[in-house]
Amino acid sequence: MIEIKNIRKVFGEKVVLDGVSHIMETGKANLIIGTSGSGKTVLQKCLVGLFEPDAGEILYDGVSFTTMNQEERKLLRQQIGMLFQGSALFDSMTVEENVQFPLDMFTKDTHAVKHKRVNEVLERVNLVGSNKKYPSEISGGMKKRVGIARAIVLNPKYLFCDEPNSGLDPQTSMLIDKLIYEITREFNMTTVINTHDMNSVMEIGDNIIYLKDGKKEWTGNSKDIIFSDNQNLNQFIFASEFLQDAKQMRMMEANGGKFPGQGNQ
Amino acid sequence: MNFFTHFGKYLLMLKGMFSKPENGKLYWKEFMHQCNEIGIGSLGIASIISVFIGAVSAIQTAYQLVSPLIPKSTIAQIVRDTVILEFAPTLVCIVLAGVVGSKIASELGNMRVSEQIDALEIMGINTKSYLVMPKIAAAIITIPLLVVLAMVLGIWGGRMAGSMAGIIPKETYDAGLLENFVPFNVSFALVKAYTFAFIISSIPAYYGYYVKGGSLEIGRSSTTSVVVSCITVLLADYILAALLL
Repeated sequence: MIEIKNIRKVFGEKVVLDGVSHIMETGKANLIIGTSGSGKTVLQKCLVGLFEPDAGEILYDGVSFTTMNQEERKLLRQQIGMLFQGSALFDSMTVEENVQFPLDMFTKDTHAVKHKRVNEVLERVNLVGSNKKYPSEISGGMKKRVGIARAIVLNPKYLFCDEPNSGLDPQTSMLIDKLIYEITREFNMTTVINTHDMNSVMEIGDNIIYLKDGKKEWTGNSKDIIFSDNQNLNQFIFASEFLQDAKQMRMMEANGGKFPGQGNQ
Repeated sequence: MNFFTHFGKYLLMLKGMFSKPENGKLYWKEFMHQCNEIGIGSLGIASIISVFIGAVSAIQTAYQLVSPLIPKSTIAQIVRDTVILEFAPTLVCIVLAGVVGSKIASELGNMRVSEQIDALEIMGINTKSYLVMPKIAAAIITIPLLVVLAMVLGIWGGRMAGSMAGIIPKETYDAGLLENFVPFNVSFALVKAYTFAFIISSIPAYYGYYVKGGSLEIGRSSTTSVVVSCITVLLADYILAALLL
């Protein structure tokens, strides 16, 4: 579980995060959503320590991350996996070497044990047979899966995903979402996903926080979002007519096939 | 950002490099890789430059020594001293600032922009130690070796050119090389080589490590790093000459 208490971050004159508090639950897909510039990337970077918050506190399973020294942070970070927007794979290494890198750095296992573990995670992300390929030789979706494999190879307790679906086609996006969701449940991880992909929100949003202008505007899950009367959230989520229709359909389903407000006759 | 901001950030980067390695074996592997990239990778260009510098020095010195009172062996002495004192350390390092410096800056810049450095940080790796330190250490080890090689090849280039152009016989050249030889000159050249090696690896590392933006900024920072490195090398060259000679 990750608890955020009154996080504030300012860049120059601009207040990017203004007193955000939230609890990211274990074994669930915790989504941070919001328009571009709403502060979701900054919030995620504060969570992993790439940015230092100006005020507030971040607690990893009750232990304050904000007050940890560099050595303590280094130890905690070995329990964190992160999937980056652009995958951030090491160009000069093969798929196998990329995934094996955290094992080489932090374990003293034999080559055979490491090799077995690499193959296990590559199999888990459906990437069998791509071990010897370089990042430049694989597709965007495959890169994301290698990124996920590298992030989970050390069995982390916390998984962070920065826009895992950006630049992917809808079908591949769904596969990546499904994979992240399954892994979260399977390994009981605290997964934090930063996204503005509406499909992800509706499909895997166990615990959603909606940010607007650096403030927490709404929180709930994918079911609550349908019935939310928060205007900003509705404008953001159901921006197109198609999505508004989809919302109506979902509401009808939940209301026993009738439009909301239409009573039993 | 002004000079002092850059300088302070540069010093902090250097300070940040010193921490206990997460895995000594991987750090050693990276160090050896950098030795190969910087040392072996620059061997060709350093050799070619050195031979031609020596050859041109020999011919131009002979061209200027018109007096019949000056013995031919003086040409060898002048070539030897100019190559050892200036051409081998300074000129080779200026060229290496372009070759090695731009490579270091663009490699780190690309890693920064594509979030590879962030990925390493989140894994719990000190990126300054893992990425910057091996590059600087490899440069400090391999560049003085290249400079020593450049001295030998430069002097040999002068011998070949002098002989081929009929300016000075090989025997006279060899005898001239042994006349009035000051061993301190070699020590001075090595001091310069170590200093320049540090400059041409750490400055580009700084510019690459802290690059912000995209591919355009990587190119810009790479160019800036080479320019700043070259100017710093020339400045250090003057300071060392003023202090040690």
